Amino acid sequence: MIEIKNLTKKFGSNIVLDNISFSVKRGEVLGFLGPNGAGKTTTMKIIASFWKPTAGVVEVDGLDVAENSLAVRKKIGYLPETVPLYDDMRVYEYLKFVAEIRGLDKEKVRERIKEVIKICGLSKVARQPIEELSKGYRQRVGLAQAIMHNPDILILDEPTTGLDPNQIAEIRNLIKELGKEKTVILSTHILGEVSATCGRVVIINNGRIVGEGSPGELIAKAGGKEIIYVKIKGPKEAVLNKLQEMDNAVKVEVKDRESDEIFGYEIEPKQGVDLREYLSMTVMNNGWSILEFSKKSVSLEDVFRELTK
Amino acid sequence: MNTQYIKTIYTLFKKELMSYFNSPIAYIFIGVFLVVGNWLFFKDFFLIGQASMRGYFGLLPWIFLFLSPAVTMRLWAEEKKSGTIEFLLTLPITDWQAVLAKFFSSLIFMFITLLLSASLPITVAFLGDVDLGPIIGGYLGALFLGGAYLSLGLFVSSLTKNQIIAFVLGLVACFAAFIIGADFVLAGAPQFAVPVMKFLGLGSHFYNIAKGVIDSKDIIYYISFIFLFLWLNVRIIEGRGWK
Repeated sequence: MIEIKNLTKKFGSNIVLDNISFSVKRGEVLGFLGPNGAGKTTTMKIIASFWKPTAGVVEVDGLDVAENSLAVRKKIGYLPETVPLYDDMRVYEYLKFVAEIRGLDKEKVRERIKEVIKICGLSKVARQPIEELSKGYRQRVGLAQAIMHNPDILILDEPTTGLDPNQIAEIRNLIKELGKEKTVILSTHILGEVSATCGRVVIINNGRIVGEGSPGELIAKAGGKEIIYVKIKGPKEAVLNKLQEMDNAVKVEVKDRESDEIFGYEIEPKQGVDLREYLSMTVMNNGWSILEFSKKSVSLEDVFRELTK
Repeated sequence: MNTQYIKTIYTLFKKELMSYFNSPIAYIFIGVFLVVGNWLFFKDFFLIGQASMRGYFGLLPWIFLFLSPAVTMRLWAEEKKSGTIEFLLTLPITDWQAVLAKFFSSLIFMFITLLLSASLPITVAFLGDVDLGPIIGGYLGALFLGGAYLSLGLFVSSLTKNQIIAFVLGLVACFAAFIIGADFVLAGAPQFAVPVMKFLGLGSHFYNIAKGVIDSKDIIYYISFIFLFLWLNVRIIEGRGWK
């Protein structure tokens, strides 16, 4: 559905996107992940044909964005990061403008606006001037605008920033619902969002793609590392020394401190080795005691940090 | 150019025109124009005792000079400042459609303002025999001159995201374009440049039309002037080099 080939964007000598390529399949919800300033917004602006790339090609449904810009724009609903809206208009008035400029049939305009207002939960504020809306409602108006013409593709640039947890859950549900029939590209730096909504993830850092795959695949690729967390009562130095002496431990570090005697340690065992039994024996033999014991799997968060360091 | 093309411009145009009247600027603008225009007109009208609007049309370019940049300053600058330009220019519309819609909305707004000042010619017609030619010419000229100022102001507005800067630069640009053909500037200019400057200046063409002499040369001049700056405007919007 969307093909991005060797896309590069420079502002002067500043390289924002450095030769990135990826594709989005029809009906897929793609999470576009990266730290702030990684190039997510730039990529989305180029797909939405606001900016032209310095080099490279973006194809939507086989159409080159640079050459068939208008045809591509008709297929896309775009919610920019800053949610720009005409503040002096009322919500209904604004949606009507969007419906008309998107070329909806005259008889269908009213009905479609009603539908969109219902989908986005805007009925309470339909008559209000946009400038008086809260952040959450603004976001919904932005979304309403993006889905007005029932586009095949939705490009949503950080659709949940600045919302409270309830609103985030609502918007996420909305996106999930929309994602059932549409192709969605969603940028975010909130990792929970990705596991909650996206089938596939592209991680970008400093204008380059550093990871790609389903959330599960990415975690597996990160080595499937596991980490043992153990809270031990005993003198810190001695415990640490003993733990580090273990042959099968790759990394040992003090994680937290409960009191002068009680510390939490994180141990990364060698791949495929189960250290737990040996660990508990060691602690007991030295006359210390284990207060807590848990095994942590690598989360998407760790993958993200690892890849975007 | 099909009907869909025009329809899109019309939708944009409606929205632009509406946003004038959604903000207080429109009412301030119309108020100032009517008060200043009427005062300048009636100040001398009874002293001179002639049923003519020559004095009024002599002043109109100067009133427009200040008011046109005020009309156009927000058209692009505000879109850039608030980011709505990103919404606007990712709609399925061409850059030309966006520019034309903005231009015609400002032109129609100025036309409405002129209509509201129609009390002046009506008063004059009541008080004496008027020569209709110069009055019609005067209004036609005002519309063309206004269009030229507006296209220039619109272009300047696309260069910045600050409305104040758009206003001041627009004013300076309009002033320069107007003054370049004025007599007292020509007096100081080198001889060979005089005819060129006289032709380029916005003012001399206006006074020709306002005399009631409607010459295609003047009309073509204005249309080319307007087209040039709309075209430059489209180039700027296409570039979108800004961050």
